[in-house]
Amino acid sequence: MIVNKIILVAHQEFRNRVHKRSFLIATILIPLIFPAIFGIMIYTAIQVEKSPTQKVVHVVDESGLFELNSEQFDFRRFNGPLEDAKRALAHDDSFGLLYIPKLDLYRPQGIILYSTVNPGMADISALNRLIADGIRETKMRELNLDQNVLDRLSTHVNVLSVKIGESGQEQSTNSMVMSGVGMLFGLLMYLFIFIYGAQIMQGIIEEKTNKVVEVIISAIRPFQLMMGKILGLVSVGLLQFLIWIVLISVLSSSLFFFFGIEMPQEQVAGQLQAANPTHEGIDQLLKVWDQIPVTFLLLTFIFYFLGGYLIYGALFAAVGSAVDVPSEAQQFMFPITIPMLISYLALFWFIPQDPHGQVSFWLSVIPFTSPIAMMGRVAYGVPAWQLALSMVLLVGGFVFTTWVAARIYRVGILMHGSKVNYRVLARWFMMRN
Amino acid sequence: MEALVATNISKHYTQHTALRNINFSIPDKSIVGLLGPNGAGKTTLIRIINQIITPDTGHISLYGEDLAPRHISMIGYLPEERGLYKKMRVGDQLTYIARLRGMSKKDAIEKSKAWVKKFEIAEWWNKKVEDLSKGMAQKIQFISTVMHSPRLIILDEPFSGFDPINARLITEEILSLRDQGSTIVFSTHRMETVEALCDHVLLINNAEIILEGAKNRIRSQFRSDTYEVRHVGPFDTTGTPYTLISSKPAEDQLYHSMLKSPRDENPNKILQFLIGVTEVHSFVEKLPTMSDIFISLVKGGDRE
Repeated sequence: MIVNKIILVAHQEFRNRVHKRSFLIATILIPLIFPAIFGIMIYTAIQVEKSPTQKVVHVVDESGLFELNSEQFDFRRFNGPLEDAKRALAHDDSFGLLYIPKLDLYRPQGIILYSTVNPGMADISALNRLIADGIRETKMRELNLDQNVLDRLSTHVNVLSVKIGESGQEQSTNSMVMSGVGMLFGLLMYLFIFIYGAQIMQGIIEEKTNKVVEVIISAIRPFQLMMGKILGLVSVGLLQFLIWIVLISVLSSSLFFFFGIEMPQEQVAGQLQAANPTHEGIDQLLKVWDQIPVTFLLLTFIFYFLGGYLIYGALFAAVGSAVDVPSEAQQFMFPITIPMLISYLALFWFIPQDPHGQVSFWLSVIPFTSPIAMMGRVAYGVPAWQLALSMVLLVGGFVFTTWVAARIYRVGILMHGSKVNYRVLARWFMMRN
Repeated sequence: MEALVATNISKHYTQHTALRNINFSIPDKSIVGLLGPNGAGKTTLIRIINQIITPDTGHISLYGEDLAPRHISMIGYLPEERGLYKKMRVGDQLTYIARLRGMSKKDAIEKSKAWVKKFEIAEWWNKKVEDLSKGMAQKIQFISTVMHSPRLIILDEPFSGFDPINARLITEEILSLRDQGSTIVFSTHRMETVEALCDHVLLINNAEIILEGAKNRIRSQFRSDTYEVRHVGPFDTTGTPYTLISSKPAEDQLYHSMLKSPRDENPNKILQFLIGVTEVHSFVEKLPTMSDIFISLVKGGDRE
């Protein structure tokens, strides 16, 4: 009976959402938008690379040491004092004026780039590098060093990391790929929780301002209504996610088919080979690629999406029930957002640095941060007991937040026009039914 | 059998007491007016009967059984704050609410189609609620309250915001639902509706029931032994047990007088006296209106 009505509400919520045009648009467009954006970015990057426009830099070189040359810059020697050069700079559209005073090669100081606009980081570091190279060449001549000798001194090393499994089987891993996969899944989780959480909050505020809620809760318990709405939306999310997976796989395989490439990995390998002549690197990358446990990752993602969404969905529902208009919700959003932001930071900072360290461990176990943090970690391979602990705690956390949220929700949805703060929420929470 | 019996119901909030030790019973197949000034505790009582909130003490029995979640399908409730899902279609909305109240999908569709036909809004079945006029939305709200054939129907301020045509429609429906065997409880501020519709009255003030019973019994309980007489020419009451409260000629050439008699005087005796002193055209006991009773009780209660 209780469950039946939850399912009834969930089903209605699901139907309402899926029948909306916005659902159809988002579901179809998003898998197209991301590849399109990447495509445009890569295309423009290639176009820029192909026809670089050289930036004109006038040079006043009092040291007389440098013969600067670069594809990026067109260096033009200015013969005359610095003051004249500065005055000239104000009247032409050149990029800048590089002033090099007489230098102590071991402590070069006083090099200045004058320009009419603030130059970018990339330009400044390119100039730094060019000047440093120039100084290096002068020093080499002074020390009678040969480039050949230097080349023989430098060695390229590539540590191949191999993970030994419990049964002794060896797996080569690649931290770069793993962290990329982890970040992608964690980011998706973050977006999913926020987008769907905000939707549930909005839905509840709507019900409250529509004043339809009292009719509904005279027929079912507020808890049933809240759970029904949360579960309805979570199934919309899952459906959307599954459609995306299917769409992306169909799209990418049909694209490969269209370009007549049967084995996409060979193509990838070919491109990589062109960029990096060592065979070892590509072999290793492809090995790692093969070893990303896609099914396992997807299943973990679905579990953590459910858990994380249910935890935050309940909190968003409680906030929605407490306020009359969305703008009032802001004050309560802050404490909800904090753990999300912490895990988001961890995704790009703590976890890539040390996926098995203390911080990463705790963040991936505490229920409020674990959905995002664990997605960041899981690609690196997490011990089974940690995964189990995190999952059990996540379920526990969901039960707890739902209980708290339901106590606030049952009172909140019937309150109109009251000024709500944390003390009021606490009173609602304590209130007997 | 009593449709509903409430025993010792109390509900306290941190700031105030909403209901203090309330006892009352509602007879089956009656129309009950739940009266009281704003903030008296009417909505709290209604929410307790609907199991939206639970009382601190006391209990309620419905047709002889302790009130429990399974009774939800026996109750129809139209709250004062009422609304609909704007983006939902009329038909979906009606069947959804009916199913929440325990109807099967098939029954829900059948019943709601019959009701929209009856209320002449069948062509709106597939329209979204946001496209409806206010009057039509009110009809939908009423249908969703009664379509699962509840034995107890609770209407909180059913006439507020209804246009006269809809108000009459609802009134007719209330009467016919009562005739079909339902019990209707409604709260209202409109005393003329109470006068016209109710069999039974509950008056709540300051969290307590200050008056309860059949409307006719209450009215005679509050009778003031005053009679309205239409007669020809003035007369004098000196030396009789009667007092003439007012007497003035009206446009129909007759005098309209208010006569007060001693308690429990036989009307025949009064009439005999009147016939002796004047030509009587009409003689009728002036019973207090519910509005008079309401105001005198609530004001008296406030003064205490």
